[in-house]
Amino acid sequence: MAENTYQWPDASKRKLIGKRMNRVDGPVKASGRAKYTYDLVRPNMLYGDSVKCPYAHARVKSIDTSAAEKMPGVKAVHVIHGPDDGAKGEVFWAGTDIVAVAAVDEPTARDAVRAIKVEYEQLPHLVLNDKEPNLAEAEKSELYKVASKETVGDPNSAFQQSEVTHEGYYGSPVITHCCLETHGSVAEWPDKDHLFLHISTQNVPGIGEQVAKAIDMPASNVHVHQDHVGGGFGSKLGLDPWGVAAAQLSKKAGGVPVKMMLNRATELETAGCRPSAYARVKVGAKKDGTLLAWESYAWGSGGPGAPGSLAIPYVWKVPNQQKQYVGVVNHIGPSRAWRAPNHPQMCVITMGALDDLAAKLGMDTFDFVKKNIDLLDPRSKIYSEELDVANDLMQWKARWHPRGDSDTLGIPMEAISLQIGDNQYPPDSASGGSSTIGGVSSATFRAATDAKRQLIAKVAPALNAQPADLEVADGRVRVASDASRSLSWKEACSKLGAQTLTVRGTNPGEGDLTNSGVGGVQMADVSVDTETGIVKINKMVAVQDCGLVISPKQAESQVLGAMIMGVSYALYEEKVMDQTTGTMLNTNMDNYRLAGIGDVGELVVRLMTGPGYDERGVIGIGEPPTVSPGAAISNAVANAIGVRVPFLPLTPDRVLEALEKAQGEGGRA
Amino acid sequence: MKKELIELRVNGRSREVAIEPAKLLLDTLREDLQLTGSKRGCDDSSCGACTVLVDGTPMLSCTMIAASISVDDEGHAPEITTIEGVAEHGAMAAIQKAYGDWGGAQCGYCTPGFIMTVKALLERNPEPSDEDIRHALSGNLCRCTGYTQMYQAIKAAIRAEQQGIAAARR
Repeated sequence: MAENTYQWPDASKRKLIGKRMNRVDGPVKASGRAKYTYDLVRPNMLYGDSVKCPYAHARVKSIDTSAAEKMPGVKAVHVIHGPDDGAKGEVFWAGTDIVAVAAVDEPTARDAVRAIKVEYEQLPHLVLNDKEPNLAEAEKSELYKVASKETVGDPNSAFQQSEVTHEGYYGSPVITHCCLETHGSVAEWPDKDHLFLHISTQNVPGIGEQVAKAIDMPASNVHVHQDHVGGGFGSKLGLDPWGVAAAQLSKKAGGVPVKMMLNRATELETAGCRPSAYARVKVGAKKDGTLLAWESYAWGSGGPGAPGSLAIPYVWKVPNQQKQYVGVVNHIGPSRAWRAPNHPQMCVITMGALDDLAAKLGMDTFDFVKKNIDLLDPRSKIYSEELDVANDLMQWKARWHPRGDSDTLGIPMEAISLQIGDNQYPPDSASGGSSTIGGVSSATFRAATDAKRQLIAKVAPALNAQPADLEVADGRVRVASDASRSLSWKEACSKLGAQTLTVRGTNPGEGDLTNSGVGGVQMADVSVDTETGIVKINKMVAVQDCGLVISPKQAESQVLGAMIMGVSYALYEEKVMDQTTGTMLNTNMDNYRLAGIGDVGELVVRLMTGPGYDERGVIGIGEPPTVSPGAAISNAVANAIGVRVPFLPLTPDRVLEALEKAQGEGGRA
Repeated sequence: MKKELIELRVNGRSREVAIEPAKLLLDTLREDLQLTGSKRGCDDSSCGACTVLVDGTPMLSCTMIAASISVDDEGHAPEITTIEGVAEHGAMAAIQKAYGDWGGAQCGYCTPGFIMTVKALLERNPEPSDEDIRHALSGNLCRCTGYTQMYQAIKAAIRAEQQGIAAARR
């Protein structure tokens, strides 16, 4: 029988959904045949490069490109940011593109860049951001945006009622996306009105219009193409100045292709930025663990636009709260969406403070969370179930011991943290905001359902039946009550004759196919060498809910990738800025370290499926599992060494500093 | 810049290219020979995306001058193997198939470099332990999928190879 609504099939009727399918593009990627934007070599292609501002805050006073223009092999020069551009030539971060050139090869393009003279007027800059801003100063300074003050309940009397309180600092620095394929594009003009843009992007459908607007041409004349993207993580959603420059250079050079890919240093310095978030937090509870009160003074920065307020305490509906937040404007490359924007930072702050409070109460954090599980409304039940699963996978209860209650060297300890989505992102066409699976699968499902319905209507007469009596199963269209009356899929389709079915599925649409807002639990088991300060991950467990799982292998792959990204940002990643010059110091992958295969330990993923999860429909998984690893690892380290290392990444120097400070305090006591 | 004609041995073939004397092997492979499976990632030998085999040893082509391993006056040159040369007789080698099957690739940009490293590992050590795998792959970085599936892929490839050899003997 033909369904009249859009509904995911029941578990008993699923053929492919939930099966361990291989990536369709696995073979093309594993054989090296997959073409990325960076791989394109077009006939007569020119290579682009650019002059970048060496100062964090400056004004462009003059530009002289005459020497470069006369160089053999230089085919086009284009000023991106001149004395009259933007706020009178003002530049807000080091690495800003000023002038772009296109030449016959990369060495010539580099030489041309060196031959361009730019005069700057240097202006005062601010790049550091982990110092607590003075509120009185903040209210006067242009660099501080006092974004929010909020009170919930009656925090003053709640703290008076609290039998145990804890106060501490928590936070994580600015990190950069570090896509393995850098940002960039290859632009060419097949004729003077049409632009063909190959671009490394997460947003093929949207980028054409952005380019068209930037260079004032009809969007319909921009053809955007990309076969594969070498990582984006949120940083490749919008159009960048170098993308526009490639198009302008190509136009000036008579339409020949111009390839403009960022080098690694520029990629790290300007093409990625997850804002920082820091907080001084005070929390209070009753002796039995009942969480009563939260007070926080938080701040963060992420380039010229101060980041918006932080929703802390993250996930926890603490009944009494007093919160202030200051967004700091600083002179670094602008922030970009980063897998679950702000969520990992909020999770680190919240779970760090609560974990310290539990330690002070002498409670296992697992018990503390269970005790206060109602404050995790509306996902209390999910978190509670996930905690139990994670406990089994990690053997938490069998292995947990009180904080610092361990030997002096190589102490494996566990920690726990909670995460949540509430990702109310609208389903859009870009591959970001964890909307891809929800958007793609539901639209595809609607289209497929419509196509099936139309096909059944066409072939019903051939089977001497009414459309409502037919079903599609096992590659055949058949009469539901009499399987002997059937047509193969091919025979059925041949009844369509020359009129093929073209059906478009749309979002949003009818039917409860997708959902948003998920919960997950992660636990980490680490060893800390207290002589060297080196943290080693032994094992991590992620228990994740994402509604109906369409393709478990790829969903697990997303979670594993997120955990590894988490190990990287928890232990290694930080955009290190030089206060004097205002430039980024670690602009290579030797010093901007990512976790390698030997750094990640054993990783265990469990997706929550079955009743209670499946019927919620499809929910994106790209972002949620990146939320908790920082908190889980930070808490595990605190448990192992008996003291909190306040800020991520948990580098050896920070670990040793925290240990020394604790010993000093112990000595005085 | 003035170009020079050099001859390289790539994937079992002799290839002549006219390139700048200082041109990197990676750029020569990608731009002059259209072998774009080897990727430019970090520019400075940190990430392993450009890994190729030079006489069977994994080398980082982003920091190697192409002319330095070209055919010399006596007609000798090291044999360069890229990801394109791993697919023997048009079929994917076991390790490539296993990477696809086990989800060792997500964005896939780092994958060819990993596969070259794995190929060298398996030729040296046909039954590597997890520790051997960790050690061998420690110079390759992945930003999105991670590493867990790679152990499974490598073991599956070894099993497939062994079954293939056993089948051939029957």
